[in-house]
Amino acid sequence: MIFRSKSWMLAAVAVAVVTVAATGCKKAQVDAFPASGAVAGWDKTSDTRVFAPKDLYQYIDGGADQYISAGVVSTSTSDYKYQGQLEATVDVYTMGDAAGARKILETDLTKDAKTVQLGDAGVAYAQSVIFRKGPYLVRIVAYESTPGTPQALLALAHGVEAKL
Amino acid sequence: MKNRREFLKTAATGAVLLSSQSKLGLAAILDQHAETAKSRVVIARDPALHGQNGQLDEKHVLDLLDRAIAAYTGRDHPVEAWKRIVPMDKVIGLKTNGLGGKGISTHVALVLAISERLQQAGVKPGNILVWDRNARDLEACGLTISTDPGRVRCYGSDVAGFEDQPAAFGAAVNVKLAKILTRECDMVIGLPILKDHEMSGVTFAMKNMYGVVQRPQELHPGGCNPGVADLNCIPVVRAKVRFTIGDAMTSVYDGGPGFHPERLWQPNALIVGEDRVALDHTAWQIIERKRAEAGLPTLEAAGRPPRYIATAADQAHKLGFNDPQRINLLEV
Repeated sequence: MIFRSKSWMLAAVAVAVVTVAATGCKKAQVDAFPASGAVAGWDKTSDTRVFAPKDLYQYIDGGADQYISAGVVSTSTSDYKYQGQLEATVDVYTMGDAAGARKILETDLTKDAKTVQLGDAGVAYAQSVIFRKGPYLVRIVAYESTPGTPQALLALAHGVEAKL
Repeated sequence: MKNRREFLKTAATGAVLLSSQSKLGLAAILDQHAETAKSRVVIARDPALHGQNGQLDEKHVLDLLDRAIAAYTGRDHPVEAWKRIVPMDKVIGLKTNGLGGKGISTHVALVLAISERLQQAGVKPGNILVWDRNARDLEACGLTISTDPGRVRCYGSDVAGFEDQPAAFGAAVNVKLAKILTRECDMVIGLPILKDHEMSGVTFAMKNMYGVVQRPQELHPGGCNPGVADLNCIPVVRAKVRFTIGDAMTSVYDGGPGFHPERLWQPNALIVGEDRVALDHTAWQIIERKRAEAGLPTLEAAGRPPRYIATAADQAHKLGFNDPQRINLLEV
């Protein structure tokens, strides 16, 4: 009876491990990119490109090293356009854990950073928004600074956050 | 008044073809590299380069280019000046840098201005080849891919490929070079964009050559030292990349080489010269001044001084001068 109970427990643990692993895998492949129109005014204008750590240099060259050091698992990126004019890029870095995302966010801070309520922590600038949520580090940059840019970026950031 | 794009379109039809010239005009300027001479570096600035809307003014870019080239060559007339820089009957490569993506890539206005002047000086449109790693990088600059031999060509190594036979110098081994460099171009003008770099400290003239190899990540260890210097010493790189027109119209002073809008600034400058080491030394000083102004530590204190610059100047490489006493810096 004890043996059977232990077997049951082992099986339960195995199932739990598999479930956690599967959840982890699912998280690593989460689609964080809002579809066109999902966030008012924003259209997704490119396919999502995904980079494994070994290929990250193709996307950000020497910038890859700090993400790899912080344990990046995969990087996804897609382009957006707001009201047909303002272009932006959304990068989602899936780190090995929340500490990796925190490390990158803290490295990225400058004195102009304005704290925003996004995920576990977030900051905004005139043309960019950066936040972390669990193992995810999200960077959204706009290629033009207009009076409406910060508000538009923040709306898109909330759209991404909701999908993580 | 035609804008740059319209001009190139017209020129591509053959309407602006001048006589060819085979003599390399650069030879007259290369005496700057004599033992007792200095390397000339020109920084041309225009505070009004960006309009009130923040966009580059194409006319101002062309004027700035003319001013930089005139100061470098000592010739006031742009066409005459360009005839001293490039051979008329050869293929001239313009190596852009679009790796940082839209917002921190070589500006299309500069590429168009150079292409315009090259054609006016007598270079056939099809003999001008604008290139980079791939289509994405070129499109990040605002360029359009074209392989039409009757027009200014524009494509990347994703189209032309890399050599199977690796090249080497020093620690840069097993380097597979872009065929555009080895087979298609007779002379290359580097068009880097001035950036801070997370690993190498600064990326400008010499680091731009990472875009001509298949696996640049293998040259990144040690803060890209000696990778940058070694790569530039590979004979075909040293021989063909003969001139640099550095884009410092918009730059990033921290967090590079990617696009960090919160760390951009507009030096509104072009930095021109032949000596790639002197150019990089000059670029480094500009980045340091801006970092100090922003209250940031020096690159040395940040743990990423661009050591490859001194390596490139050493006796094993002899790519140019990093001693300020050997740099004749002209600011116009």
